[in-house]
Amino acid sequence: MKLSLGDKIFNIANVIFLGLIALVTMFPIYYVFVVSFTEPAEYLQKTIVLWPDNWSLASYRYLLSAPTFIQAIGVSTFLAVVGTLCSLIVTSSFAYALSRKKFKGRRVILLLVLFTILFSPGIIPNYLLVKELGLINSLWSVILVSLSNGWFVILMKGFYDSISDTLVEAATIDGCNDITAWIKIILPLSLPSIAAFGLFFAVQYWNQYFNALLYLNDASKWPIQVLLQNMLIDSSSSSLGDVDPLIKPPPSQTLKMAAVVIAIVPIICVYPFLQKHFAKGVMIGSIKE
Amino acid sequence: MIDNEISTQKPTDVSAYTKMEKSPGKLKKFFKHVKRDRYLYLLALPGIIYFFIFKYVPMYGITIAFKDFSPFIGFTDSQWVGLQHFQRLFTGEDFWMLLRNTLAISFLNILFFFPLPIILSILLNELRSQVYKRTVQSLVYLPHFLSWVIIASLTFMLLGKSDGIINYFLNELGFGTFDFLTNPDVFWFLLTGQSVWKEVGWGTIIFLAAIAGVNTELYEAAKMDGANRFRQIWHVTLPAIRNVIIILLILRLGDVMEVGFEQVFLMYNGAVSEVAEVFDTYVYRVGIQQGQFSYSTAVGLFKSFVGLVLVVIANRMSKRFGEEGIY
Repeated sequence: MKLSLGDKIFNIANVIFLGLIALVTMFPIYYVFVVSFTEPAEYLQKTIVLWPDNWSLASYRYLLSAPTFIQAIGVSTFLAVVGTLCSLIVTSSFAYALSRKKFKGRRVILLLVLFTILFSPGIIPNYLLVKELGLINSLWSVILVSLSNGWFVILMKGFYDSISDTLVEAATIDGCNDITAWIKIILPLSLPSIAAFGLFFAVQYWNQYFNALLYLNDASKWPIQVLLQNMLIDSSSSSLGDVDPLIKPPPSQTLKMAAVVIAIVPIICVYPFLQKHFAKGVMIGSIKE
Repeated sequence: MIDNEISTQKPTDVSAYTKMEKSPGKLKKFFKHVKRDRYLYLLALPGIIYFFIFKYVPMYGITIAFKDFSPFIGFTDSQWVGLQHFQRLFTGEDFWMLLRNTLAISFLNILFFFPLPIILSILLNELRSQVYKRTVQSLVYLPHFLSWVIIASLTFMLLGKSDGIINYFLNELGFGTFDFLTNPDVFWFLLTGQSVWKEVGWGTIIFLAAIAGVNTELYEAAKMDGANRFRQIWHVTLPAIRNVIIILLILRLGDVMEVGFEQVFLMYNGAVSEVAEVFDTYVYRVGIQQGQFSYSTAVGLFKSFVGLVLVVIANRMSKRFGEEGIY
């Protein structure tokens, strides 16, 4: 088919414009990568580096020799792994039970779950609850307050709704009860979706900032986001604590950028898998439900 | 052992909706169901307990907004003071500042951020190369998954006065440096800019899904009638997503009390406090940092309550447009 001149101009302009949008979106991320790998002396001399003459791992070497930083990565990893497992178990079992029609009273429970989305009691009552439970300064506080929420329950229930009862009934005849049928039949069947939800939970835990700030006063329990924020407002590198005095500290700017990169890299690693799922419409359901 | 657990937990299961069951016969039937499907109820139990403790117990905690709560006296023994804390909020000068900042940030967001995903999704849809389209999509969705701490770091690095790259280029070009980060005049726009960078790509997903549902024959028919590209967009694409646009706009209006708390909190500094303080940051500062638990709970409750009313109205309206709404 022949394109008119106007169409051709529009197509070219569109391609260029969207390319620019993508470039602008990527530029800040590109820039942190470059600065974090720039040789400290070169950075100090130029302050702006779009492409370094000398690449260097000095900032990373310094960061990874700081026990505080390693600890923060450990905390965030713990939250992401243990938190995601707990979230998946509680949310998916709850959502599955609510998706079965023989579950009497599920409408009332669903309404109560929905209400928690529409109305939140606010920061203070949540804080006082965590305090009363004696969870201040415990990593479990961060996991427990974000363990599950109404959106995820309703989203997962929507997914389980599509699994018919006949499968479960067949398993019941083979001597399964509802729990064993869920574990043996439903879970393996829904593994790809469960994995997708798991990734969303994991990203949420890795990105935890405010809850950690609120409930964890002890600096040794800070996850990477809180440490990162402290490094940012702190122009020296003292928030990193004791580092081997033999290593000369790189400029705080390249150090910060290296820390940002380390916080971004896990997200970028799981991103292709995340995208595969949300593109299919996992999250669109959240608005339509 | 499992049977034991069930018999002790059964009351938790039903307490929430016993009121709903009218006659004792119904209740009996209900218990029979619970007994028959006990394993199913057991599966729901962790979730029920979780939502009860972590979502509904704090709702009981709201009562301290009407009390003079002190951690040393405890929940039950603190004295009731009626609406005293609300009176303090509404008569104090902080209230108007909080309301102004919250609404300003929200409406700037609706004005400048809201239309962008619509435009972007239409342009993406016009791309002929699917590979190019998917590449652009992958790149613009990514920032959605980055934490606000990272976004704040990137902002400082780009816009910092002495070492930010934007100011470096402004200076090189002879414009001098501009104060982005501690300047009350641009603070709201700074927030809008951050939101655009983080969420504009993600926002296209729902519009692209709506556009994907358009029958391609409509475009063919429009072409036959001599419609050019802009006419096709105007007469075919836009009407197809009009309902989604209206619904999302209504829902967004219902959400005006919600401004990104972490975002504002991280960009907050002394120089911009007058324009940066919103309800949530105020609750944190007055409640957690100054220990005025009752007053700050009242502030939070006001915000949540207005938010609830707005969301319910918004949902009603979107249903009137023949759509499903969010619940």
